[in-house]
Parts: sequence; C-alpha cells; structure tokens
Amino acid sequence: MKKVLANKEIDVNEEGYLLDFTQWNKEVGNSLAEECDIVLTPRHWEFIEYIHDKYNKEEPLSIRGIKKSGEFDVKEFYALFPGGPLKKATLIAGIPKPKSCI
Amino acid sequence: MKKLIILGAGTSGTMMANHLVSKLDKKDWNITIVDQYETHYYQPGFLFLPFDIYTTKQVKKKGKKFIPKGVNYVQEKIELILPAENKVTLESGKDLNYDILIVATGTKTAPDETEGMDGPEWYKSIFDFYTYEGAKALRDKLRKWEGGKLVIHITEMPIKCPVAPLEFAFLADSFFKHKGMRDKVDITFVTPLDGAFTKPKATAALHYLLEEKNIKEVTNFNIERVDYENNKIIDYADTEVEYDLLVTVPTNMGDALIERSGMGDDLNYIPTNKATLQSIDNENIFAIGDATNLPASKAGSVAHFEAEILTDNILRYINGEPLKEEFDGHANCFIETGNGKALLIDFNYTHEPVEGTFPFPGVGPLSLLKESRTNHMGKMAFRWIYWNMLIKGIHIPFVSATMTEKGKNYEEAK
Repeated sequence: MKKVLANKEIDVNEEGYLLDFTQWNKEVGNSLAEECDIVLTPRHWEFIEYIHDKYNKEEPLSIRGIKKSGEFDVKEFYALFPGGPLKKATLIAGIPKPKSCI
Repeated sequence: MKKLIILGAGTSGTMMANHLVSKLDKKDWNITIVDQYETHYYQPGFLFLPFDIYTTKQVKKKGKKFIPKGVNYVQEKIELILPAENKVTLESGKDLNYDILIVATGTKTAPDETEGMDGPEWYKSIFDFYTYEGAKALRDKLRKWEGGKLVIHITEMPIKCPVAPLEFAFLADSFFKHKGMRDKVDITFVTPLDGAFTKPKATAALHYLLEEKNIKEVTNFNIERVDYENNKIIDYADTEVEYDLLVTVPTNMGDALIERSGMGDDLNYIPTNKATLQSIDNENIFAIGDATNLPASKAGSVAHFEAEILTDNILRYINGEPLKEEFDGHANCFIETGNGKALLIDFNYTHEPVEGTFPFPGVGPLSLLKESRTNHMGKMAFRWIYWNMLIKGIHIPFVSATMTEKGKNYEEAK
C-alpha cells in the first residue's frame, strides 16, 4: 500500500514496514518515529546506523548481537525504543521486521 | 586414497554416511564419521517423554547401529578443525586429514547464557525438554506436581524445532485434563516473538487453539534473567512473569568446537550457502542440519531434505562440476495439538505454511494447517520411519526434497 511521509510517497506493508529501502531517507525515518511516538535523538541515530550496517552485511539482527556488539547496552536499547525495540527500530530504519517461524 | 570426514553422527551426519557410502567409489574414497557420544537420540521424542507418552527406551539407541559397513566410526571428542591444513584434531591428539569435510555437529542448549537459569533450581523448578536429561527430569517432576503456574518459555531465536514449545503447551493442557487437575494449572506461553504464531496465515488458522485450551500468551519478552529465589523471569523491559514450574527452551548454540575453530557466527553456526550447503569460507567444507546458519527451521525434516541435495553436490564437487543451487528451505512438520490430534505444516524460504493436502495433491491423506487424527497418527508413525528409513538414507516415498506447490493453497511469504 502507498503512504505519504515527509512529502514523499512510499510503499509499505500492512504493518507499516517499508517495502523498498531505497525510498528511505532521514526525513522518512523521522516521520516513522513520530508515528511510534519516538523523538529521535543522536543516540537513536547511532542505533539506526548500527541496524543499517547489519542489514547491508545481511547479518541477522538480534538482542544477542546488540549485547555482543560492545557498543550498546540492551537496557538502553529498550529505553530508546520502548515496547518491542527490534520491531520499532527496524520499522523506523526502513528495513523488514526481523524474521520468525510461524 | 581420498578422505571424506563427517563430524557428528546425529540425524544429519548419519544420513550423510548412509547416502555417501553407496555413492562414492570405495577404491578412491575412504569415509570416516566422528562423534563422541555412544547414544543416538530420537530427538522429536523428547516432546513426549515428559508426559509419559514415550518411554526412555523409545527415544534412544546405540548410534553405531546406524553407521553403515564401509564407513569408519570413530567415537571420540573432536578438539579442533583446521581448515587451512585440511585437518581435524581429536581429543587424544590424533590428526585426521581430509579432502572433503562435512560438518554436522548440530546445536545444543546453553542455559548458562541466561543469568539464574541453570543455578540451584535447575531440574528442581526450572527444566528444559530439549535434552534427554531435561525431558526425563521433567517427566519425574510432572508425575508428582500438584499444580500451580506453569510457564513455557522461549529464551531467544533461533531454536531447534521452533514449534515444539507450543506443542508442549498443547500436550500439557491435555495431560492435566486427563489427570483431572486442569483447573489447578495455569498455563502461560512466553515468547520473544510477536506471538505464539507470528505469520499472518498461521495466526489466522491456528490462534483459536490457544483460546480453546486457555493458554495465556506473553509476547515480545526478551529475558534478562531468572530470579529463581522469587520464582519469576524478568525481561529487559522489566516485565515479570511468575512461575511455579518453568519449562524453558534455553538459548540454542552450535557446538563449542565451531567456536574453538573460529568457524562460526555469534551463535557458533557455520556461515553456509543457503542453496548449495557449501560453507562460505572453505570450498571443501560443507555443513548440514542444525550446524548451519541457514534461515530455515532447525529440524530433522529440513536435514533430511538437505541430505539429498548435499549428496548430489558432494558428487558434483568431486567431479569438478558447478554445485546445484537447489535447497529451498523446505520444512515439513507435524504439530501435536493434544487430545490425539495434530497439524501438519509444509513451508520453505519463500512460502508460508499453506493449507491443502499432503503428500498427494487433492487427496492427502494428511491435511495441511488443519487439526486431524490422521496427522497425529502420522506423527506417531514417524518414529518408526525415523529409525528404519530416515537416518538410513532410504528415500521416503512421495516426499520430495524441494517443496511442491501442487494441491496447496499457497501464498508468497513476505
């Protein structure tokens, strides 16, 4: 489905995740964050960069990975993206929701 | 004489030994399989052991029985893989050289990854059922448990057989009903995922099961620690869930050997080409089953489908031909729903579990994504198929390695 965010038409799935990462930019990220009631701070952006880096390397994103990264603390991640941090952070970062089974 | 070594004599390794012994020329190839353990477990049976549905005898046999003649069987712990030297070192210090290596060392539970899990309450009020020891200890506990809060919990993904925890919840509901004490037991299913079922089709088709069986869900729960003194699990968002009996699926990790050898990812799984099963880093090393980092389910059915494709690819590799990019992530699982019924699901990398019939399009006899008694019979019959056909590498009639779309109402997974 189509959606207009930051004066840009983007394609999203029924849960609001971007279908095409090339449509993402920082303004889109800000608007997506607003919809989740999150105001992005520089620390949020550091997390988003980390997520993009993982995504580009095709490495799965996980709480364990964040714990092991040494750069971030899981508690902090939860505080920054309350209520399902991986889900919210990936949505704002414009990448697909982490995969699961059935 | 060239040498092929298989590490691990579990489901995948044993299947590969059986496939390859008949395909490789004995004049040219010497096949060796190494595993430190004497016992081969029927792991799907661990689900039934706690409820006294299976006996301990039904889930274990001597591993050696299933290794074909013509394959050297070495029962010893593996110390290190040295890919640069095409060599494996055993615990005794003995070296084995190889031309081709197949890693089938599986996945293990790692309760020590979570604070408080395998502390003083381990196997007292906190249990796993993914190991023989855990399933047996839990059986003894359930025989005399008088009820209370039963919490079934998944620590983190990926785990072996992702639906087993849910099956455990369904079987627990049945078990306590039959004992006439269901009203004394409160069942809660705690998962780090969005829900017990997370894909839209499966949720729509199956969520009623939870409601029908009065199983509560706590979702998006990423455990930080077990507070065993106060009987509760706590997650990173400070959500707490109280338990009297905690049945957890600990973190699953690849064998420590993979970490020692510097060949794994964060969870000790080997980066593997998801279509050919060749390892990413070494062209003469292949990986199969739970040991890989494939985005497929960690399950025997997946290993079974992989084994057929890997056998072809080993032969191609030996002949200098390009490998077949054929593995599609095909998985096929029975899901016990309790009261003598089961579901059957069939899916792969790109297709969600579908409705339809299996294995014959339009006929069945098994129905996909629907509860039935025939499916339950199928699951029970599978134990015989496992010991007598599957690990011996005998093709299971009508079930193909890649998924067929005939007779199924499928939809692309997103």
